[in-house]
Amino acid sequence: MAQHQDFKKPTFELSMLLYDTRYRSTSFQVIALILFFSLIWWLVNNTMSNLAITGKDIDFSFLVHESNYDINQRLLEYDSRSSHGRAAVLGVLNTLVLSAIGCVTATILGVFVGIARLSKNWIVARIMTVHIEIFRNVPLLLWILLIMSMVAHSFPVPKHFRGADPIATMKLFDSVALTNRGFYIPEPLFSNGFGDMGFFSNSFYISIDLIVILAILIGSIWASGKIKARAKRIQEETGIRPTTWYLRLGVIFIPTILLLVYLGFYLGYPELKGFNFKGGIHLRNSLIALWIALSLYTSAFIAEIVRSGILAVSKGQTEAAGALGIKPNVIMALVILPQALKVIVPPLISNYLNLTKNSSLAIAVGYMDLTGTLMGITLNQTGRELETLLLGMSIYLTISLLISAVINWYNRRNDMVER
Amino acid sequence: MRNVSFVRSEMLAEQTPPLTSIGVIGWARENLFNGWFNSILTVISLYIVYSFLSFLIPWVLTPTWKATSLNECREINTALTGHHSGACWGVITERWPQFIFGFYDRSILWRPILVFVLFLATIAPILFERVPRKLFLLGPVFPFLAVWLLWGGSIWSPVFSFLGLVLGYLVWRSLKERVNAVILLLSSIGVPIIWWMFLTEPASGLLAEIIPYEIQILPSRDFGGLLLSLTIGLTAIFCSLPIGIFLALGRQSDLLIVKVLCVWFIEFIRGVPLITLLFVASTLLNIFMPPGTNFDIIMRVVIMVTLFSSAYMAEVVRGGLAGLDSGQYEAANALGFSYWKAQRLIIMPQALKISIPGIVSNFIGVLKDTTLVSVIGLFDPIGLTTVVLADMRWNGVYWELNVFVALCFFVFCFSMSRYSMYLERKLRKEN
Amino acid sequence: MKKSLFIGALLALGMAATTSGASTLEEVKARGTLNCGTSTGVAGFSLPDANNVYQGFDVAICRGIAAAVLGDPMAVEFVPTTGKTRFTALSSGEVDVLSRTTTWTFSRDVDLKMDFHGVNYYDGQGFMVPRSLGVTSAKDLDGATVCIQVGTTTELNLADFFRVNGITYEPVPTEKSSESRSLYQAEACDVYTTDASGLASARSTFADPSAHVILPEIVSKEPLGPVTRHGDNQWGDIVRWTLNALISAEELGITQANVAEMAAAPTNNPEINRMLGTEGNLGPMLGLDKDWAHRVIAAEGNYGEIFEKYLGVNTQIGLERGLNAQWTDGGLLYSPPFR
Repeated sequence: MAQHQDFKKPTFELSMLLYDTRYRSTSFQVIALILFFSLIWWLVNNTMSNLAITGKDIDFSFLVHESNYDINQRLLEYDSRSSHGRAAVLGVLNTLVLSAIGCVTATILGVFVGIARLSKNWIVARIMTVHIEIFRNVPLLLWILLIMSMVAHSFPVPKHFRGADPIATMKLFDSVALTNRGFYIPEPLFSNGFGDMGFFSNSFYISIDLIVILAILIGSIWASGKIKARAKRIQEETGIRPTTWYLRLGVIFIPTILLLVYLGFYLGYPELKGFNFKGGIHLRNSLIALWIALSLYTSAFIAEIVRSGILAVSKGQTEAAGALGIKPNVIMALVILPQALKVIVPPLISNYLNLTKNSSLAIAVGYMDLTGTLMGITLNQTGRELETLLLGMSIYLTISLLISAVINWYNRRNDMVER
Repeated sequence: MRNVSFVRSEMLAEQTPPLTSIGVIGWARENLFNGWFNSILTVISLYIVYSFLSFLIPWVLTPTWKATSLNECREINTALTGHHSGACWGVITERWPQFIFGFYDRSILWRPILVFVLFLATIAPILFERVPRKLFLLGPVFPFLAVWLLWGGSIWSPVFSFLGLVLGYLVWRSLKERVNAVILLLSSIGVPIIWWMFLTEPASGLLAEIIPYEIQILPSRDFGGLLLSLTIGLTAIFCSLPIGIFLALGRQSDLLIVKVLCVWFIEFIRGVPLITLLFVASTLLNIFMPPGTNFDIIMRVVIMVTLFSSAYMAEVVRGGLAGLDSGQYEAANALGFSYWKAQRLIIMPQALKISIPGIVSNFIGVLKDTTLVSVIGLFDPIGLTTVVLADMRWNGVYWELNVFVALCFFVFCFSMSRYSMYLERKLRKEN
Repeated sequence: MKKSLFIGALLALGMAATTSGASTLEEVKARGTLNCGTSTGVAGFSLPDANNVYQGFDVAICRGIAAAVLGDPMAVEFVPTTGKTRFTALSSGEVDVLSRTTTWTFSRDVDLKMDFHGVNYYDGQGFMVPRSLGVTSAKDLDGATVCIQVGTTTELNLADFFRVNGITYEPVPTEKSSESRSLYQAEACDVYTTDASGLASARSTFADPSAHVILPEIVSKEPLGPVTRHGDNQWGDIVRWTLNALISAEELGITQANVAEMAAAPTNNPEINRMLGTEGNLGPMLGLDKDWAHRVIAAEGNYGEIFEKYLGVNTQIGLERGLNAQWTDGGLLYSPPFR
């Protein structure tokens, strides 16, 4: 009987929560959860009592109130009578524009620098090393401030373009004006356009011309892809690849050109009127400075990624391609880079993420991005720190999570291709 | 038998290579003028370097180190070259102590300098293997000594805070063989925390009355310039290391809730720009604390930067853990090690060793990011340029100040990145 | 693992600064220093010099308060704040008083729960343009590029002014005034706008001040004054009456030089006597001692002396008294009586 007792299922004891591995992980998790919720409760409770003391409440209604301030770079209709919420949307758009153009130039520059750093030409490689070290080891904020002041001090003032014998002249057949207030470039205009289309009960407008052009362009690129696929099929069947580049170029460009002609496309040139240039697209000096600074800074990191990506491709690949008689620059483009890309892309995208987050430094030079509008002037004018910061951080978080999702998607897809 | 006259029966003596492929000329042909494309590149590069230097060198080399105002600089430069485009270094002569030490009392600058020297001595054994191992003993003492030397006050509060650490160690020693790992961990962390929360202050207060010895107290607002950047950066990085390790372990753990919480935390911190966290530090953190709590802005910034860098540190450590051979885990299991024992004795030492380059580059990033505190009105080197520019005598010396600040950061960041590269090479050789 | 203990140590030291729910006056006295919120550097108003000593008009107010409360005008910790952080610094208790060219407005007073204690400088937003531009009125500025510092009332006034007059402009906002000035000097904007005192202060730092004109239009009322938290009336009274003591002292002819003599024995003027504590006990009513006003004036002089020292026509800022003259001289300074 006594022996039997030993084999009986042991009764549950309190100490087993800690010592028995079956329960330990559960009790651990419960403790973690309790700690987490008590932390949250503690924070919320503190916030509530502090707000009660200062007599404030949590209220997002300021978003529909009049903002009373102006924003210089407007991608949507906006004036000082518009709401704080609209100002925040403009801020988000400005953030996205800056990040997008920054990512493009940073990639181009980064790939160039990364490849050039591996150049056999000693002096080119050295210059690129210096470039990378200088940009990586000095804070971005300093670069933004320095480049802003470079733009503001080294380009001519608009008034220098005036007079019979001006100090400064417009570049590229009088179409581009480079001033210290920013660059004025020609803008595309249509004499025969379709007009605008209102969205969300006309709270913002999108040009129908733009939609149509984009639609046709996407269609043409799709058609061109079809031609390429067909050429590939023929090549696989017969071994001879038909020459299709002129066909593809035509498919891409002719419909768009015809459409542009139909719409009465012309360029609006900037012109000096009064204090400033009028007409054209105005890329403000703050945008230019941020664009250059973010591109250069991020390019240094991208260059290192590209370099290590290329070095990760085994040297045998280069030698094998060389043995097949492929020219060196073609080896880089057709053999090395495609293989290196798999290593390069994930950290590259995470650098895009960094660039997007770093674009919040725009506040230092007064570019009206999300930190400038919602978390800047709106915060100051309404005194609603909690609401504006929560909203602003969640917007940034959303953008970041979207970019992370892209990285994960790429990694998964690549893993599948590999195996 | 044919006479094979064309077969040489003895080797020819080796000839010296042609003059064009050795020495300077050979090197230049090989590396600079190898083909027309490379030659063009070389010429273009040389031109770029020349035009850059010919602009920079005259600007830098101006005898303006003794000038006391921008106008004086302009006079000196005009007298020398006919135009006033040279640099004005007088401002650096006048203000450099401010840029290094901020508003720290000038009579006791030996304190931050001593802390810096002690810091170098503390980390030396981690960085270099040839340094005597005994310096490791400085590690536990240094933080308390540094806090005391920097902020000042009674000697007894750092001594008693340090005693808490000793207490924790003693608890750990005495319980090590007797209780399980979780209790060991909790008690060896819990006891010192209780000590610090309830006993340190009264005890040190009492002793301070009996044997008063104290050095001048400095509020953290007096910290500025590079001292502020380094204080924030170093504190954040060293505090974030343990947090980051725990976060990384949590992220890899099988415990679902712990894992989810860690992932949320890491992704949240990595998903928002540091500047928004600094806004939170400057405007919101006090709202989150119990009413009446008020700790100063520098401490709030340090907390936020620590949280920020711990999320990045967690990713670095996770990389280190992932880089470890799974055989290591299996070996630990096979030896019957508990989870914590395996982590402490087998996994972490190796994972951290692999992660050192990542940790160093993380540190470079954090040090650079400390410049953002100028946006919330702290006087780090960039914030101080505002102050100097508001001075009538120096309004307009924009470039000199920014170049000086850039140089300061470059010296720190560059030497660290070089160290990290040296380390990577060493690690590669060892493996 | 042992490293995590270090954080505990640091936090323990940091949290030592936890304050109890005592009144601001008691807190300041217990601490021994006054925490004064100020700007990150505006010439004439508050600026640390190469020896780390803060100087300026706003700074002098804080020194006066410190002299009244603590007896030592140098017992002030200056906390630099930006336009964004200034009110939170105050409401969180990080600073005891904000003396930072802050405009008294309805929403700040009522909605942000601040207390304003009179006006130490009557200002108004103006415009500065290069003389070479040939502009004589702000209404001629149609299409101009305007540099402003954000986080102030300035951008609101600017938007209102241009909208009311039906003209367009291009704002160039910057986070710090030094950036605005730098852009204006590079002619990256045609106009620099801020409070008229700020314009004068900025112009004084230019290489050739005479090349810039301040336009006649003043487009807003900007009464600047010291601010405290809502709810601590005793502390508010101290700040208010420190400012009033400075203003009254000028009106009554008490100067830094003669204050010791006047405070030594009762004079013929009962108000002077009440103020300097030789008669009645106004000081104890405030929760201070009898000599408080004596120390305030001895610190940096009366209002007029402070003004002349940091902003007046003999300084590089070179501001006229204008609206900031005593009411007896046609200005707006009018201190309630010490009675």
